[in-house]
Amino acid sequence: MEEIESNGQISLTIDGKVCVAKEGEYILNIARANGIFIPAICYLTRCSPTLACRICLVEADEKRVYSCNTKAKDGMNVIVSNEEILEERRAIMQVYDVNHPLQCGVCDQSGSCELQNYTLELGVDEQPYKIVDVKRESSNWSSVLHYDPALCIVCERCVTVCKDMMGDSALTTGPRGGEGLDKDLKDTMPKDAYAMWNKLQKSVIVPSNDTDKTNCSDCGECLAVCPVGALVSRDFMYTSNAWELQKIPATCAHCSSGCQIYYEVKPTSIANRDKKIYRVTNEWNYVSLCGAGRFGYDFENKTATKDKKALDNAIKAIKKADAIRFNSVITNEEALMLQMLKDKLGIKLINNDAKAFKDFMTHYANAKGSNLSGGNIRTMMQESDFIISVGSALRHDNPNVRYLFNNIQKLNKGAGLYFHPVGDKLIESLGKNVACITNNINSEEAVLYWVLDNFADKDKLPKEVNDYLSSLSTISKKTVTETIMEDVVEVVVDETSGESKEVTKKVPKKLEREIEVKESKLLEMFNAPEDFADILEKFLAKKENFSLVVGEDLYFHPQSKNLAILVALIESSTPFNVAIIPPKTNSLGVSLICDLDEECDGYIIGYNEAGDFRLSALGNGHLDMPALNQQEGTLTNMHKVVVPTNAALSYNGYTLNDILNEFGFGERTTINWTKKLPVKKGFESREFDSLPNKYNNDGSEDRGYSLKPQKVKITESSPQAITLNEVSGELIAYRCNPQRQFNEFTATAHQIFEPFALYASEEKSKELGKKVKIDLDGKKFSLDVKVDDRMSGDIVKLPDFKNSFEIYKFFGQNRFKSITLGKA
Amino acid sequence: MAHIEEHKETQSIQKEKQNYVMLDFGKTPEYGLPAFIQVVRRSLSIELLKGLGVTFREMINALFRGKMHTTKYPFEKLPIAPRYRAIHEMLRLLESGHYRCIGCGLCEKICISNCIAMETKYDENQRKEVSEYTINFGRCIFCGYCAEVCPELAIVHGGRYETASEQRAGFSLFEDMLTPIDKLKEQKEFAGFGSISSNADENIKKTPLAY
Repeated sequence: MEEIESNGQISLTIDGKVCVAKEGEYILNIARANGIFIPAICYLTRCSPTLACRICLVEADEKRVYSCNTKAKDGMNVIVSNEEILEERRAIMQVYDVNHPLQCGVCDQSGSCELQNYTLELGVDEQPYKIVDVKRESSNWSSVLHYDPALCIVCERCVTVCKDMMGDSALTTGPRGGEGLDKDLKDTMPKDAYAMWNKLQKSVIVPSNDTDKTNCSDCGECLAVCPVGALVSRDFMYTSNAWELQKIPATCAHCSSGCQIYYEVKPTSIANRDKKIYRVTNEWNYVSLCGAGRFGYDFENKTATKDKKALDNAIKAIKKADAIRFNSVITNEEALMLQMLKDKLGIKLINNDAKAFKDFMTHYANAKGSNLSGGNIRTMMQESDFIISVGSALRHDNPNVRYLFNNIQKLNKGAGLYFHPVGDKLIESLGKNVACITNNINSEEAVLYWVLDNFADKDKLPKEVNDYLSSLSTISKKTVTETIMEDVVEVVVDETSGESKEVTKKVPKKLEREIEVKESKLLEMFNAPEDFADILEKFLAKKENFSLVVGEDLYFHPQSKNLAILVALIESSTPFNVAIIPPKTNSLGVSLICDLDEECDGYIIGYNEAGDFRLSALGNGHLDMPALNQQEGTLTNMHKVVVPTNAALSYNGYTLNDILNEFGFGERTTINWTKKLPVKKGFESREFDSLPNKYNNDGSEDRGYSLKPQKVKITESSPQAITLNEVSGELIAYRCNPQRQFNEFTATAHQIFEPFALYASEEKSKELGKKVKIDLDGKKFSLDVKVDDRMSGDIVKLPDFKNSFEIYKFFGQNRFKSITLGKA
Repeated sequence: MAHIEEHKETQSIQKEKQNYVMLDFGKTPEYGLPAFIQVVRRSLSIELLKGLGVTFREMINALFRGKMHTTKYPFEKLPIAPRYRAIHEMLRLLESGHYRCIGCGLCEKICISNCIAMETKYDENQRKEVSEYTINFGRCIFCGYCAEVCPELAIVHGGRYETASEQRAGFSLFEDMLTPIDKLKEQKEFAGFGSISSNADENIKKTPLAY
């Protein structure tokens, strides 16, 4: 027992069952993890308790408490329900049912309604309460959100998730204009039900920016968490009932986060019995999606057929091909098949994103001695209270890391530093203790050296690094004026009595003091704000668990090798947990499985990329391939987990495995390759069908298997000095996709509206006009200028999600480049 | 005691009502010759013509007086009991003429032979509109669950019991089942399976929402 307690573990009894839990955990979460049911409407795991519904009332040590916001104590005895509590809960449900429309038949929640469930669960069969209703009109909040306030029970789950998880804080409660409650009710009805009703009667959900449209990322997480049918997607509204849809557990295909999703399918129409995806849902208590994951699901290859002639042409093309160019929006199995083609036929493999990532990871491994970083994003979300993000446009590159960054501020009372040359107003707004530092372009080395300088255990650093760091810092003496309060004793003579008294007074006094100030040239190199030291001091107070996330800018960087070594050094010598975010969906998997080559000339097979012969899952190539929602396989995500994805839709064409079969080294099915994934690289030899894809009730993830880190011989241990490669020019562009766009697949989805355009901050777009002609190394085209009102600064964003523009090729080994504007 | 007496009374009434008459057929002939004589006598007497006379009278009645007892199926059909469960009908609202179906999909959900399919969409009046509705009568077992579950009494069972068609799986579309708009006045409120009981008003529990 003592041992358990020393680990911060406590034990308590809930309904007679002894539960062991972490200290400081809420009773509700402990009950859920142990399979004990406590009704709750407004509480969301991973978010702060809202206390709107009050239905999670329990009795803990003979005191009535709300289980969602009461922390468990050792030896606590919790009773989930007794007659009194049940009466209270029943009254709460009766109040929720007051004036709630009864057209359940046409509600999109269609039977999966929590209001309905709890009404039945608590046996509400009469309605003792009444109040005059007010008319509430439904409205569209954005291009995807539809809100019907008449159905809303104001549990505020949407508000909570938007603030605590997404970070948009786009929703809040506003006035309903309803009548006040009868004062007599306060004495006659149960206390909590009255309090809940009193609040409910006063509020509805409104966009937080005082308009009738939300200014948000359109992620749709609010739709997912809504317990009733008040918030639905405009596209899904009235198209299907929940029970008709078959849920297919899969993995999102768009970014390296690899979130678990369910594709919900049913036949397209009465005439067309082919399956269609109607919507994507998620386990919103355990994983949050972004707009691309939720709305970008219809990217399947719609027109694929078994065209034998095209297959024969493909075989001929592959026989004479010099290289295959592909990207990382493929499964591990496909990557392995491409590698087989390389092994057997000697074709080179070209992959821009995975190559840069692989090179970075190779240097990182050579410096660290292990090929994978140690940080785990899921545990960071639970434990970390100080996070630094370097080289990643969090809002665009990986929304889930942005949620992590936000969640640390909101739930762990954390602080965060966001280093990026392009300013981001959303990140700035995530919390009081968040600083966006617009570092100079390509100054990430200085940032990482600064981390070493401030946080590293100097004994663990190589001598060269210590010397280099001390050569960069100067210790100067500075006089500062401090104001202190000084006690002054005065003698006061009381006028009436004539007695004299000694009175102590506090008098401010200015003192000049000499202090030692450590100034580092590093700060100047990455353009730190002047009060950086003060900010840091404030942020670091009482912080214990440090996280560092690094992103794509570091892999596409002139000094990427040095950066990799620095990251490895930070991991070994500082308390930071490091997470490395792969640039595309399966870049990690591809970089482990494939031997990648440099860009070359010759006859090129393009797989979802430009080439002389194109294999394409987009339906525009010479031979059709299945898209990621049409095939089974595994993906390796940023959590370093190999997760399975399933086919939601039928596919009638040929696959990569069929091509391999033509050459004589294919397998019977694509998923037979799963157990052949290279064990030497950390994969396991496991059958596809044995891979789970779900979350447990306590929030733990049960999906696929984790990669095993491989030991590597340390060959590169010390980093070089900083080289600043300035990028200058008339207009500097940053290769970055708009929110909700990740690749050509999201671009084909009908609910993703973000166009291929030049994105600029409000001020910059005024300067640029509505349209610009740009010249990319001789390739000229005109682009619309779109305002991204969350950007700041002069740098513009040029997306890379359309392969035909060859943006990758133009940017090369850097995400920043100056572009020339033609005359419009 | 009272109920026993009552029972006796009904028994005596039944006895009075009995008016069976034993017919006098005479003696049955026991051997050849008397039997032959009986046949000859019966054949040559007027009894045969009496029988033919009845047939002739009925023929005249049927042909000229319009007193036919035969139902000329398929041109004529016998009336069907209201609880009979034949081909479905889609009813309209009497006030507006709009179809009653709200597209909730409960019939689709409850259908045990999985033969109902529907598609709905969001119309310009922000209401749910039924865009397609079919019942596969090749699979329908006429259990009546759809009519019972319908919250609007929109889908009911009618009296059309012929389900033979050239194809085994004949489809019926929404328009085929819907009451034609010009026959709205003839639309009868459904009294069969799934309709509201005659004492429904008594069973409703009033809530205090009548402010």
